[in-house]
Amino acid sequence: MEPAEIIQHSGGAIGAAWLMIALPLVGAAILLLGGRRTDRFGHLLGVLMAVASFAVAALSFVQLLGLAPGERRRGIELYDFVPGLAKVGLLVDPLSISFCLLITGVGSLIHIYSIGYMAHDPNRRRFFAYLNLFVAAMLLLVLADNYVALFVGWEGVGLASYLLIGFWQHKPSAATAAKKAFIVNRVGDFGLLIGLFTIFATFHTLAFNDVFANASKASSGTLTAIGLLLLVGACGKSAQLPLQSWLLDAMEGPTPVSALIHAATMVTAGVYLIVRSGPIYQGAETAQLVVTIVGVATLLAGAIIGTAKDDIKKALAGSTMSQIGYMVLAAGIGPAGYAFAIAHLITHGFFKADMFLGAGSVMHAMNDEVDMRKYGALRKVMPVTFATFAIGYLAIIGFPLLSGYFTKDGIIETVMEHNAVLGWLAVLGAGITGFYMSRLVFMTFFGAKRWEPTAHPHESPAVMTWPLVILSVGAIGLGAFLVLGNRFMTFLAPAVGAPEEMPSFHPFSLTGLATLALVAVGAVFAWFRYGAAEVPAVAPRGSFLTTFARRDLYGDALNEALFMRPGQWLTRLAVFFDNRGVDGLVNGLAAGIGGTSGRLRRIQTGFVRSYALSIFLGAAILAGAWLVVGNL
Amino acid sequence: MPWLSTLMGVSVLGALGVTLVRNDKLAKQFTLVVSLIVLALTVAMAVQFSPNGDKFQFAETYDWIPAFGVHYGVAVDGIALVLILLSVILVPIVVLASWHDAEAGKRSVRTYFSLLLVLEAMMIGVFAATDVFLFYVFFEAMLIPMYFMIGSYGGAQRSYAAVKFLLYSLFGGLLMLVAVIALYSIAGKGTFMFTDLVGTIQDATTQKWLFLGFFVAFAIKAPLWPFHTWLPDAAAQAPAGAAVLLVGVLDKVGTYGMLRFCLELFPDAAKFFTPLVITLSVIGIVYGAIVAIGQTDMKRLIAYTSVSHFGFIAMGVFAMTTNAASGATLYMVNHGFSTGALFLVAGFLIYRRGSQFISDYGGVQKVAPILAGTFLVAGLSSLSLPGLSTFVSEFMVLIGTYERYLVPAVIATTGVILAAIYILWMYQRTMNGPTAESVKTLPDLNAREKFVVAPLIALLLVFGFYPKPLLDVINPAVKDTLSSVSVTDPKPAVPVAQEGK
Repeated sequence: MEPAEIIQHSGGAIGAAWLMIALPLVGAAILLLGGRRTDRFGHLLGVLMAVASFAVAALSFVQLLGLAPGERRRGIELYDFVPGLAKVGLLVDPLSISFCLLITGVGSLIHIYSIGYMAHDPNRRRFFAYLNLFVAAMLLLVLADNYVALFVGWEGVGLASYLLIGFWQHKPSAATAAKKAFIVNRVGDFGLLIGLFTIFATFHTLAFNDVFANASKASSGTLTAIGLLLLVGACGKSAQLPLQSWLLDAMEGPTPVSALIHAATMVTAGVYLIVRSGPIYQGAETAQLVVTIVGVATLLAGAIIGTAKDDIKKALAGSTMSQIGYMVLAAGIGPAGYAFAIAHLITHGFFKADMFLGAGSVMHAMNDEVDMRKYGALRKVMPVTFATFAIGYLAIIGFPLLSGYFTKDGIIETVMEHNAVLGWLAVLGAGITGFYMSRLVFMTFFGAKRWEPTAHPHESPAVMTWPLVILSVGAIGLGAFLVLGNRFMTFLAPAVGAPEEMPSFHPFSLTGLATLALVAVGAVFAWFRYGAAEVPAVAPRGSFLTTFARRDLYGDALNEALFMRPGQWLTRLAVFFDNRGVDGLVNGLAAGIGGTSGRLRRIQTGFVRSYALSIFLGAAILAGAWLVVGNL
Repeated sequence: MPWLSTLMGVSVLGALGVTLVRNDKLAKQFTLVVSLIVLALTVAMAVQFSPNGDKFQFAETYDWIPAFGVHYGVAVDGIALVLILLSVILVPIVVLASWHDAEAGKRSVRTYFSLLLVLEAMMIGVFAATDVFLFYVFFEAMLIPMYFMIGSYGGAQRSYAAVKFLLYSLFGGLLMLVAVIALYSIAGKGTFMFTDLVGTIQDATTQKWLFLGFFVAFAIKAPLWPFHTWLPDAAAQAPAGAAVLLVGVLDKVGTYGMLRFCLELFPDAAKFFTPLVITLSVIGIVYGAIVAIGQTDMKRLIAYTSVSHFGFIAMGVFAMTTNAASGATLYMVNHGFSTGALFLVAGFLIYRRGSQFISDYGGVQKVAPILAGTFLVAGLSSLSLPGLSTFVSEFMVLIGTYERYLVPAVIATTGVILAAIYILWMYQRTMNGPTAESVKTLPDLNAREKFVVAPLIALLLVFGFYPKPLLDVINPAVKDTLSSVSVTDPKPAVPVAQEGK
C-alpha cells in the first residue's frame, strides 16, 4: 500500500499544531530571559507548557482519528523561511502524531518527575528551561514538512542535549561529555547536510511531498547516495555504529535527561529520519542493506557493552543503543518493518524511560551512587521503584504478553522472513539482553546489601513514583494494544505505506520460542552469577572479552588513535606553519627563529621589507596556480 | 532627498562635533546620539527601497574631477543596502561597547570616538560608491582611521599590528589603483562611472590582468588564504570595538568588491579564475578552522574563525549560483553580527581579567552566568547553529556551491565539524569546569554591556527564523549581478513541478 496524499490546510487542533512547538518554546524563553526572578515558579511553568503541548497533541490525534484513513495526512503552511529554498510547514500524519504523543506524553511525565529529582538543585529553573527547549526542538523535528526545518529541529535537540549533558558544568567530565556529544553529532550532521544538498541538487526542492512524489524518477545511484548520507546523520543522532561513542558519556547528565533525551526520544530521531524518508530508501536496495547491517551490528555491540558495565546508567545506555539497533534494523527492511520499528520505539520509550527514572530513584536514595556493586537488596526498601522497574525489565527482555514481547518479537519475525542471518543475530541479541538486564536487576534489587555505610535508602516521593507507575502501565499493555490485530500498522499505513500482506501474529512460532528460550537461558545464567552468588565489591578482572566490553569495544580508543591524536598533530602543525611558515617567511627571515630579542628587532626593523616579500610570495603563488589551472 | 550624502554628512559633522566637546563623557554620549541618528536615517531610507525597482536607487551623481571623468556618485542596490545597514547598526553598538576602551590609549578619548564616526562615513561611502575611482578613494581612506584606532588604542604590540595592517592593505590598494587607471584608459569612455564601464573590456587577456589587480586587493582585504596573516595580529591588538568594525565591516569590502567589481566588470576572467578562487576559499575554510582550534589567545582564535568564514563567503560569490551568491551576501551581514557579538563579549571578559589567554580562565559560568550565556550564543552563531541567522547563510552558500562544484562543497562542509570543535573547546576551557582562583570575583555583565549584546543576539535570532526581509532585498540584486555575468543555475536531475513551493 502506498502512502496517502498530503491534504493542505486543516482547522481545529491540527490547524493549531504549531502551538505544540510554540508553547514549550515560550516556556524556555521566559525561563531563560526571566533569570532568577522565575526561580520560584520555573519548574511549574515548565511542566505546564509540556502538559499543554501534550493536550494539543492529544486533541490533534483525536481529530485525526475522526478522518478517513486516506485523509489523515494534513499539511499546515506556516511561512516562507528561506525564499527559493524552503517554506516552513508542518505535516501532521499518523507517523508524526505518534511521535508527538510520545514526546509530549513521556516528556510531561519526566518534567513532573524532575520537580522532585532536581528539588535541591539551585539551577532547577534553568534545567526546566532546557527541557522545554528540547521538547520544542524535538517536536519541530518530527512535525516539519521539509528537510530544512527538520534539520533545524535536529540541531536544536543537539543543542538541548549539549546543554543538559553539561548541566552540571562545573564537573569537567560533564563538560567534556557534552562537547563530545555535540561534536560527534556534528560528524553525523556533516553526512546529513551533504544528503540534503544532494536531494536539492537532484530535485530542486527539500519539501517532503515533492521529493517523495518524484523519488522514483531519480537514478538508483543517486537514491543510494542520499540514503547512505541520511544514514550517517541517523547514526550520529541515534548512537549507531560507528558514531555511538558519545552516548555512554552522555550519562553525565542528570538522570531525567538520560530518560527523556538519551533513551525515549532524541536518540530515536535517526529511526524517524529513515522511516520518514522511506520513498528514497525504497529505490535504494544497497542503502537499505547497509541500514540493516548497521542496526544488527549496533544491537549486538550495545548488548555486549551492557553486559560489562557496573554503572547502572551506562548499562542502561548500552541497552538503549542495542534497542535502537533493533529499530534501525526493522526500518532498513522497508514498509514491512516500519510499523514494528516505530511500535518498538514507542514501547521502548515507555519501558526505558521507566527504568531510567527508576535508576534515578535508586540513585536519589543512594547518595547519587551509580555503581551497582554497591547496591543490592533494594527491593524491600524501595517497593514502588522495584515493582515499576521490574515491569520495565520484563518488558524489555520480552516476557510474554508485556510490551516488548510484541514489538521486539514483531521485529525479529519480520527480519527472519527478510534475511535469516540477520534474524538469528537479532535472536542472539535478545538472549544477551535477557542476560544483561537480569544481571542489572539482580545486582540492584536482590542479593545482599553492599551499601556504603553512609547510605540510608528510602522510597522516593510521590512526585517521582507516580510517573514511574504510569510509565509501567504503558510498559505492560502498550505492545499488545499496538501490535494485536495490526492496529498500529493499519494506523501508520497512510503515512509510510504497508506491506501487501499484513503479518499475522503467531504466539508459538519457531523464532518466538527460540527467542524466549535464549532469553530464559540468559536470565538463569545471570541469576546464578549475580542473584544467588555473592557479588564482589570490586569488579573481577575477567577475560580479555570482559575488558573489550568494559572499554566500549575500544570505540573511544579507536577514535583517539584515528582522529583525535592525528587531529592534534595536524592542528599543531598548522599553527606552527601559520606562525613560522606563512607569516614566518615574512617575519622570520629577518628575526631568526624565536627569542625575544629577535621579536623586538622584528618590530623595530626589517618588517617593511618582509611584508613586501610576503606579498610578493602571495602574488607568486597566485601566478603559479594560474599557470597550473588556466592556460593563458 | 540625497539620503546617502546626508548619512555621510551627519557622520562627518558628528565627528567634527566630538572634537569640540571638552568633556570625555559628553563626547561619548554625543557620539552615541549621532550614530543612533545615522541608524534612524538609514532605516528610514531602507524602508523606501523597492527591491524590484531600479538596480541602483537613491542615486546622486556630481562631477568631481571633470577632466578625468571622476564623479562623486553614490547609490545602493540590495547588496550595498544590507551592508550599509550592517555598518550603521554595528557603530552605535561598538560605541556603547567601547565606553572605557579608549581611556588607556595614547591619544585622547575624544579622538577615538571622532575616528569612529569618520570611519562610519567612509564605510557608508565605500559601499555606496558608484564611481570606481571614488570607491578606490574610500577603500584607501578607510585605512587611516582604523590605523590610528589600532596603533593608538590597541594592545601591547599595537604599532607592529597597525603597521602590518596598513602595509598589507596599501599594497593591495596600489595594485587596484593600477587596475583602476588601466580600466579607465583601456575602456576609453572618459568616465569612471561603474555602470558605464560594465561590458567595456572585451579582450580576454586584458580582463584577466585587470581582474587580478582588483582581486588581489580584495583578497588581502577580505582576507583570503594565503593573504590572511595580517588579520590575527590586527584583530588581536585592536580594541574589541575596533576589531568588530575591522572584521565585521571593513573586511567585507573585500568580498563585496569581488561580487560587485570582479564579477560584473570582468565576467570572463571571473569565470576563468573561478577554479583558483574556489580552491583558495576551500583551503581557507579548512585551514582557518584548524589553526583556530590551536590558538591560545581568544581574540586570535576569533580572527582565525573569520578566515574560515571569509572562505565561505568567497566560495559563495564565485560559485555563481543564486543560492550561493545570495547566501554569501547574507553571510557578510550575519558574520558581522555574529563575530561582532563574539569579539565584544570576549572583550568584556578580557577587560575584567586583563588577559587574552584562554588558559587564564576557567569556570566563569559559575560567577558570571549571563556573560557565559551570551558568549555561548555568540559562539553558537559562529558554528552556524540552526535558529541563528548564520545557519541560513552558510546553508545557502553550501547548497548553492554543491549544485555546481560538488567536491569543494563537500570539503567545505567539514567546516561545520571543525567549527563545533573550536567554539565548544574554547567555551569549555573558559566557562566550564571548576572556577579558577583568578576569576572568582569577576562581576557579571552590567546594564551597559547587556544593551550592547542584546540587540546583536536579537538580530541573530530574528533573522535566524525569518531571514526573508533581508533575502527579499538581496535576491533581486544578486540575480541581476549573475545575469550580467551571464550564468544560469544548474538544472536539477529530476525537475519537480513547483506548485507554489
